Amino acid sequence: MSSTNRSRPVVVPLNRPNDALRLHDVPFELVPCEVPFFLVHTPAGFPSPAQDDMQEPIDLGAWLVEHPAASYIMRVEGRSMAGAGINDGDLLVVNRAKAPRTGAVVVALVHGERTLKRLRYIDGRHWLVPEAEGFADILIDEHVEIWGTVVGVARKMV
Amino acid sequence: MSPPIALIDCNNYYVSCERAFDASLVGVPVIVLSNNDGCAIARSAEAKALGIKMGDPIHHLRDKVRQHGIQVRSSNYALYGDMQRRVIAACESFARDFEIYSIDETFLDLAGFEGRDLVAHANAMRAQVQLWTTIPTCVGIAETKTLAKLANAAAKKNPQFGGVADLRDDDVRRDVMHAFAVGDVWGVGGATARKLTDLGIHTAGALRDMPMKQARAIGTVILERLVAELRGVPSNAVEAVEPRRKGMAVTRSFGTPICDFERMMGALSQYAMRAGEKLRSHGLVAARLTTFFHTNKHKPDRPQYGASRMVTLHPMTNDSLELIAAARRGAEKAWRDGFAYTKAGIMLDDLLPEDERPRTLFEEDTAKRDRLMGALDAINGKFGTWTAVTASQGFKREWKMRSEMRSPAWTTDIGQVPTVRA
Repeated sequence: MSSTNRSRPVVVPLNRPNDALRLHDVPFELVPCEVPFFLVHTPAGFPSPAQDDMQEPIDLGAWLVEHPAASYIMRVEGRSMAGAGINDGDLLVVNRAKAPRTGAVVVALVHGERTLKRLRYIDGRHWLVPEAEGFADILIDEHVEIWGTVVGVARKMV
Repeated sequence: MSPPIALIDCNNYYVSCERAFDASLVGVPVIVLSNNDGCAIARSAEAKALGIKMGDPIHHLRDKVRQHGIQVRSSNYALYGDMQRRVIAACESFARDFEIYSIDETFLDLAGFEGRDLVAHANAMRAQVQLWTTIPTCVGIAETKTLAKLANAAAKKNPQFGGVADLRDDDVRRDVMHAFAVGDVWGVGGATARKLTDLGIHTAGALRDMPMKQARAIGTVILERLVAELRGVPSNAVEAVEPRRKGMAVTRSFGTPICDFERMMGALSQYAMRAGEKLRSHGLVAARLTTFFHTNKHKPDRPQYGASRMVTLHPMTNDSLELIAAARRGAEKAWRDGFAYTKAGIMLDDLLPEDERPRTLFEEDTAKRDRLMGALDAINGKFGTWTAVTASQGFKREWKMRSEMRSPAWTTDIGQVPTVRA
């Protein structure tokens, strides 16, 4: 931000090489008269005490989507992952660049249909496992393709 | 030797984008239609195999569509634009610099990567693009853009390349150059191609080997530069030709036919605005503007009329308001009541860079207009096209394009994101 730059202490180089001093160390007659002492624009009234500490507001989207070029937002339809804290209507951040590991929640294409499940390795085979009563495990075979790894969930209350 | 250049090109790009979010389109013939659902502008491999050509009008394809269950989509530029950003992001770490050539083609400067196995390098890049976006690509590598373009076409056409053709390899270059038709070389137009084949120059290899002087005599300095590019000597022909276009056109078909003059003017004003924007972004001015409109030629039983009028722009200009005024003068002369117009457009000819524009004797100060145009472009760039419009463009825009089979804006509208069953 430009205001941080502007309010840096003024450093005046002296004629001697390699010799720069802070303003208050410099004898007055060495200070060229056109050096402004205060570069911060100060209208009448008190300067904002926050002027030097201004920062960007928190960007929740950037925090949630760390890798935007490889991430896609999807909406959940159904309740089979309620046990994982993922509800009907939630928004998901699905990252295709993140290698799917066992134990991760993934989006998979099962016969071409997008499905949300947890990736498990049981008895030498990979499974898509739901986390709610009344849904069946799906064996990963040639009809199943892991599309991406779920790296975030977003939900508005109310 | 000049540093290698790669061209990465997405395979059947629009179809690949559609397939990324709709698995039902995978493995079946798919075509994507142009603006206003006019003709096929992208075809899946399965659709190409059915003999569907680029630009085939959809009403000629109805039978084939029904017979083969071809999936048809309207073009969805929100999706294609977003996926392009992702494709380029996936390529970035593989090149020193890049230049976006079109929505599905990007040139990459591979200077500094020469020491590597560039075929493996390109394959790693293709894998990353596919991983991040699902989109399949081909890569051509060579010393110049023209050769890279040629290499890319070869990689796309011949499966034996496995998606990457490196023309710096002597054997590959010999094979490709002698199999490549001269008319398919990037920058060789139809007229030039005919002249060349008359001289017995049928392949890219023969074009490369023709004497420079002869090339210049046939196709001016442009063809001479092209021959140099084919010899591996980069010329700035690529950058020089593109922005200094000879002419440009903005034309559209209407979703619903237009029958009254003011609505026609609304549409034409919009095209003139767009054309002015294009001119200004390239730093060009135009000398002539042509307005045209016509009825639906594919319905010969209806009353038919079509007309065009050319207006000279003096002084040459890129001012949208001047262009709109010229479009109105042309349209007023050409207009006839009682017809249902389905297509209209404006064309601009004799384009020159703004600083080479001939000055006229009594010229008004244009600085104020320049600032107005700058502000107009800034507003429309920041807040979306057609936020700031001239009054003649109207505000309702009933002539909006037809796009009945458009897929959702999967990646750019939170209300349209794909769903996943849980």
